[in-house]
Order: sequence, then structure tokens, then C-alpha cells
Amino acid sequence: MVCENGEGASTSKNIFDDPIINLQTCQLLSQGAEAKIWEGVYLGRPTIVKQRFRKKYRHSTLDNKLTLSRLKQEVRSIVRARKLGVPTPVLYFVEHEASTIYMELVQGCSVKAALLEGKLSDQERHALLREIGRVVALLHDGGMVHGDLTTSNMLLKGDSSLVLIDFGLSSNTTLPEDKAVDLYVLERAFASAHAASGNLFDDILASYRQHSRLWCPTLNKFAEVRMRGRKRTMVG
Amino acid sequence: MALALGIEGSANKVGVGIVREDGTILSNPRHTYITPPGQGFLPRETAIHHQEHIVGLVQQALKEAGVLPADISCIAYTKGPGMGGPLVTCAVVARMLALLWKVPIIGVNHCVGHIEMGRIVTGAKDPVVLYVSGGNTQVIAYSERRYRIFGETIDIAVGNCLDRFARVLNLSNDPSPGYNIEQLAKEGERLIEMPYAVKGMDVSFSGLLSFIEGAAAELLEKGEATPADLCFSLQETVFAMLVEITERAMAHCNAPDVLIVGGVGCNLRLQEMMAIMVSERGGRLYSTDDRYCIDNGAMIAWPGMLAFKQGQITELEDSTCTQRFRTDEVEVTWRE
Repeated sequence: MVCENGEGASTSKNIFDDPIINLQTCQLLSQGAEAKIWEGVYLGRPTIVKQRFRKKYRHSTLDNKLTLSRLKQEVRSIVRARKLGVPTPVLYFVEHEASTIYMELVQGCSVKAALLEGKLSDQERHALLREIGRVVALLHDGGMVHGDLTTSNMLLKGDSSLVLIDFGLSSNTTLPEDKAVDLYVLERAFASAHAASGNLFDDILASYRQHSRLWCPTLNKFAEVRMRGRKRTMVG
Repeated sequence: MALALGIEGSANKVGVGIVREDGTILSNPRHTYITPPGQGFLPRETAIHHQEHIVGLVQQALKEAGVLPADISCIAYTKGPGMGGPLVTCAVVARMLALLWKVPIIGVNHCVGHIEMGRIVTGAKDPVVLYVSGGNTQVIAYSERRYRIFGETIDIAVGNCLDRFARVLNLSNDPSPGYNIEQLAKEGERLIEMPYAVKGMDVSFSGLLSFIEGAAAELLEKGEATPADLCFSLQETVFAMLVEITERAMAHCNAPDVLIVGGVGCNLRLQEMMAIMVSERGGRLYSTDDRYCIDNGAMIAWPGMLAFKQGQITELEDSTCTQRFRTDEVEVTWRE
């Protein structure tokens, strides 16, 4: 995910209006699929600056529409999720013009890295997976889905608490279908990135079931969604 | 050196290819079943088409390669996924040839065939693969002896969406509906807003297809869009979705290179959009042209050869075919 190059700073400055923080004075941390993440200081606080960059491959009309709607959705969802008690970074400032969000810098590493490095004890790993289940249940019960639940979008802080990030594809919904698809995306992320570690997802699901008030319709739907993948071997 | 003869016929193309142990393609003839405008291809008629052409194609492949049946070391055929009737047709011919020539038979997964063909033709080492065709839409990356599916369509394939849209406009199926959409789209100017459905690393096209099937007639009648505008807008929208999920998978697995395979993969606009994205990430795009993107016999012969060299052969009584056969079910024994 990390793609450190000095060029990133200068090209994105040409494309967008100057953001409040001069991005060239910040450090480019990583380039995700649709945004560049910078580290800087805003009003004296260590800050993450997330700038959605233009997708040159996309038709500009389509690109503007998607970029703006995802920016808005991310901002609204961060605020809403925090109200529900879901740990997210604190939002500092939003610049629509430059498609940039300023938020709290969370000290920690991604859950993906934590699981892959294998430094966690079995007990710590179990606790982490249960926490993921609890947090996702909290989000879903509050009428939201994340839309892109992967282990890259979860951070593990130094005190082993969990923080959810990247709400660009989130939406407000109470439909079991949407929640089930959210869980399915997470299951697939585990199957693809953590296949070697065994059935980690089962722990998450058990914890989700325990913590969600509405687990029954969601998990019934989830069983249906799992069957949907194309060209699966089926009997009958 | 060992030679593999591969037979492919999972959809409306039937092809026979002969590939040498070192990956050289000696011959690769194929024949396409083309239906009238406004119609798709049905399993029964497609199977009959394959039956009429397959023996001639085997003879042509041997002749073009300049080899004799005695030179062939193994027969590879498409085990699945695909349409039942056409698959069975090819499997029967493969079994017959294996018995006649007394060589082993090897069942090959069609999707793995596309991936391995793309890798040998382009020289891509470990790319993220976008496999897009009439029956499949998957973003794949290799890990731990499997081609794992990171993202895919949750309903219809992108090629199916394009083909069925071509029927709405009554475009010709010769050489393929997708090709004719691509040509017409070059004249399009206006972008019509369409549903854009990306869910995590998955995409959905059925809502988009319903929308355009419903809206096309009215837009055309009122003069709000030309057929070219519709083709242009459809391509821009669905390809943007595909490039987006590919980029998500790349960010997720930290891989810089992309390989596009499958019939839709020869669309130059898709290749162009993907190339822009990949170059922004500092990687390389590997793509192939219609000789290898579109279903062909060599793409089955080559993975057959790879499996053969590992001693993986299919027993005659197991040489069945199946319409459902996922990419990640195959254990990839020939890669580290």
C-alpha cells in the first residue's frame, strides 16, 4: 500500500487548489486506492490529511460526482459512527474544494500488518478478532454499513484498541442485505489476505452474533449472500 | 520436446491449439458461432456448431503446426466453467483423441487457462489479474498455490452486460457485440449518468443493465442521446468500475502490475484506462490482443502442459466437465 515518492506532492498540488496545509511540508505516508494520506500538523495537533486525488482514467463528470459524494459520505459517517461509540479518528476540518479531510493521527499499525507479522499472542489475536466483531455489530445496529471492511481499514492502537477508518463507501442502511454484504466483504478480505492463518473470521462472526441485537436477520441473509458467488460448486 | 494439444469450447468459440513445452504456440485455429443481431447464443445450437467444426480444427491445428498425432504428449480440454452442451462436446472429442493416440488427458479450468496464457504471452511475473469476459468478471491475485479471487461481479459478467446492451441497439454480433460497441463508442460525446455499483472489491452490473434497457428507447426517441452516446457512457461507467476494483485489490495486496485477460480485455478503451491507473501507481500494464484474449485452444493446452510436467493428469473416468468451477478451486502446483 505504501508508495513513497516525492513526485506525489507536486503533481497533486497542480491538480487541486492549495489546501490549507501546504502538502509539500507534510510527509506522504501512503497512497491507497483513491486517496493520498499525508502526515502533518494542524492547529498544533498531529494530523492525518487525506486527499482524494483525481482519477485521470475516469471521465471527469463521473469522477467529480463520485469524489464529492464519497467525501461527503465519509465525513458524515465518521461523525455518525463516533456518536454510536464506534472508534474512528476525530474529524478536524474538511475542504470540499480540495477534496481533503483533516483528522486525528492515530498512532498504531493496520490490523492487516499486525496479523501478518504474527507478533500477537493467541490470546491477543483472539481478543482483537472479538473486538472487530463487536465494533462491526455496533456500527450495524446503529443503521450504518462501512462498505469496505478489510483489515487494511482497521487500525490497532498501542493500547490494543481498534479504530475504523476509510468510510468512503459507507452508507446509512438498516437492511439485513446491506449488513450481510458488509460482513461478506470482510470475510473475503480475510480469505484472501489471511488465508494462511486459518479460520480467523469465525471468531469475528461469533462475537458479532453476541453483540448485535439484530444478528438473526443479518446472519440469515449472510448465509444467502455467501451462496451467491458465481460458479460455486453446488449440489442439486 | 513435449507437445500439448488443447481443446476449448466453453462458450461460442471453439478452438484447438498446440503448444510446446517451452511455451511456444505452434498453431491455434478457432471458429466462432455468430448469431443474428439482437440474439444471443443458446447452448444447444452452440454445441451443434462446435460438433460441426471441431474435427476440422484438430486437423488444421496439426497441419499448421507441422506435427503428427504421434508427436502429441497430452490432450488438454476445458473442464469448466462454461455452457454444458458445448463443454461436453469438447470433452468427448478430447477423450476420443486421448484413447486413439494413447496419451494422457488433462482437465483445465478455463479461468486458469486465461491467466496462464496471459502470463506466458506477456511475460508478467506476479500481476494482479483482471479477468473480464462474457461469463466472468474477477480480480485475481496469486497467493499460496491458488489464484484467489479478491473481487468479482455479484450478479452478471461485464461482457454479458455489454452483449445484452448490444441487443437493445440491435448491433451486429460479428465479430463480437463488444467490438461493435467499442467502435460506436468512439463517436459518443455526451456522458449519460448511469448507476455506478462498487461494493468493496465487488461490482454489480445487473442494475445498470436494467436501467439502460429501460431508458435507452426513451433517450433515443427524445433525441437526448444517440446510440453512440449510450455506448460511450456505458463503456466509461463499467470500465471505471473495473479499474476501481482492480486498484483496490492492488492497494490491498501491494502489487504494482496488472494483467488483463478475457474477451473484454481486448477493448482498447479499457486497456487505456487501466494503463493510466497503473502508471500513476508506478506499475506496468500487461495486456494481449484478440488472438489470446478471446477464448482459444492454446490457453487450454498451456496450463495442460504445466500440469502434465508436474505429473498431474486426469483419469479417464474423471474426465468430466462442470458448468460451475471456480478459479480458486484449482491447486496451482507449477508456481512457487
